[in-house]
Amino acid sequence: MSIKDIISKALVSKNAAAGLIIIVLFALVALFAPILAPSSGRDPYQMPQGGYSIEPQAPSAQHYLGTTENQYDLYYGIVWGSRMAFKVGITVVFFALLIGIIIGGAAGFAGGWTDEILMRLTDIIFAVPSMVLAMVIAAMLGRDLDNMMIALTVVSWPSYARLVRGGVLSVKEREFVLAARALGASPLRIFLKHIMPNAIYPVVIMASLDIGYIVLTAASLSFLGLGSPVGTADWGQLVALSRNWILGGHGNPFAYWYTIAAPGGALLLFVLAWNLLGDAFRDILDTSSRKA
Amino acid sequence: MFRYILRRLLMLPLVMLGVTFFLFFLTQRLSPEMRASLYIQDPRQMDSLEEVIEKYGLNDPMPVQYFRWLKGAVKGDLGYSESANMPVTSAIKAYLPATIQLAAATIILVVLFGVWLGIISAKYKDGISDNVIRFFVLAGFSLPIFVLGLILLMIFYGKLGWFAPGEYSFTADMIIHGPNFKNYTGFSLIDSLLNLNFYVFFDVLKHLILPAVTLCIGSFALMVRVMRSSMLEELNKDYVRSARARGLSEFKVIYEHAGLNAMIPVVTLASIQFIRLLGGTVIVETVFDYPGIGRWGVECAQQLDIAGVMGFSLMVAVLFVLGNLAADILYTAIDPRIRLK
Repeated sequence: MSIKDIISKALVSKNAAAGLIIIVLFALVALFAPILAPSSGRDPYQMPQGGYSIEPQAPSAQHYLGTTENQYDLYYGIVWGSRMAFKVGITVVFFALLIGIIIGGAAGFAGGWTDEILMRLTDIIFAVPSMVLAMVIAAMLGRDLDNMMIALTVVSWPSYARLVRGGVLSVKEREFVLAARALGASPLRIFLKHIMPNAIYPVVIMASLDIGYIVLTAASLSFLGLGSPVGTADWGQLVALSRNWILGGHGNPFAYWYTIAAPGGALLLFVLAWNLLGDAFRDILDTSSRKA
Repeated sequence: MFRYILRRLLMLPLVMLGVTFFLFFLTQRLSPEMRASLYIQDPRQMDSLEEVIEKYGLNDPMPVQYFRWLKGAVKGDLGYSESANMPVTSAIKAYLPATIQLAAATIILVVLFGVWLGIISAKYKDGISDNVIRFFVLAGFSLPIFVLGLILLMIFYGKLGWFAPGEYSFTADMIIHGPNFKNYTGFSLIDSLLNLNFYVFFDVLKHLILPAVTLCIGSFALMVRVMRSSMLEELNKDYVRSARARGLSEFKVIYEHAGLNAMIPVVTLASIQFIRLLGGTVIVETVFDYPGIGRWGVECAQQLDIAGVMGFSLMVAVLFVLGNLAADILYTAIDPRIRLK
């Protein structure tokens, strides 16, 4: 199956199409963030603070979605948070995939001891639940956006490495590789020109569909106070800011509902969209070696 | 099969060495002063920072420090957890039962709802109920667990006042730590039954519901899917057709004949998910302020409590690896068609 076949087959499903539409909408918001919510400061990812009162304020003409704890504007946070979500998701997937392809490719192609050692390396990462490991790494490196992305990359690459290795192993014995070898192609040429392109494309698709999952884990880290720095436009952090207000006030338990509805809703939609899309692709590619 | 298990068991210490070495390497990124400050309780002691670094050898080369930690760990001494205010091993003993209780409650819910919804979904394949179930399962799977937890707290704690966070109420806490309550196992549910104290029992149970439901919604997607596809497979088999031909009621055919056979993969999945939950309750326990191993782990990470972080990760890793092995063995034991290489 070529990539074209897979994509056209996946998009036949209504769920996948719905997922794709939501993702495109988020991408547009992320792309036009500077127009939708102009920033005044130097760092647009830093949410502007509209005052010094702690108490959140209900949606108004000035603050379309209201403000959350410490007067961070929720609308601004959601808009720039979309850009942040894509930034974190794409960066982490890119680097995790790069490492996974190099290590998995080397392990599958070289075999023997190289394979054994590299795969035991993935065992070490797999031995700790990824959320726990990411949490520990992020904590030890310090609360910072780059450190959070490093932590997520470290826990993500091994599953790609295993998938690439499996792909390389199965492609390695195919006729066209034998033909190339018979024609006298060098091992490096065989590896780069014949094996890799055929072994990695399902992994690349799977990995890019993990963006939703990675953004979710990133949000969890931020929620625990181990991710993005204070005041960053980040959905997970906005949810964390709503924590003190879920019991409401002024005799109304739902007085501050918007503080959780806005960031929680954005996060849910984003992750759901990727899962809808991912489901359709996974049905077609059906790699059973994945973590749940 | 035996060789496979043996190989995995032999690999276990090696993997653990790798995990702890890697984590220890990470903790070394904190400066010796930062690590020394963990030993200091009183600001007036700050002058003796150098002495602390000297005393505990925090400036030694990393491998030396790692072997010192390892020597202790082998003897069962994992150091002192500042965030729990007790030795790491005591902290694990104190917090693990609560997490096991929560994971067990969750897995019961996951199996009950997963099997039930999976059967309905398979019975009405591609019908309205099937599509509705599949959509909500996916939505539940996509719902960030901390958002769900907070919303449930908003409704059931803030508005209705039915369920409160924590492991038990203040009154139950007084009873448990009172003179007439014996701690047999450390599991508050079992202990309260053994003490014949039903007030505490129901109090603990009530506090379990909300976190367990939250975890269940976040993790039963896989169960529903597995049950659905397993059920669809069974429904196409000959014995189902003959049962129907013999005139058995549809209820009997679906639930007793096909349903029971379709449960085989459910058992394995439940055991795997149970293990995953032991390491996966980190967020839920934090949201619900539930005093389990996960909340302690988060506190260790937030407060840079190094001994705590090392002990917590080591324990989770051991449980995780052993648990996954157990699940593999269980899988072959239940279904002889599957044999591991």
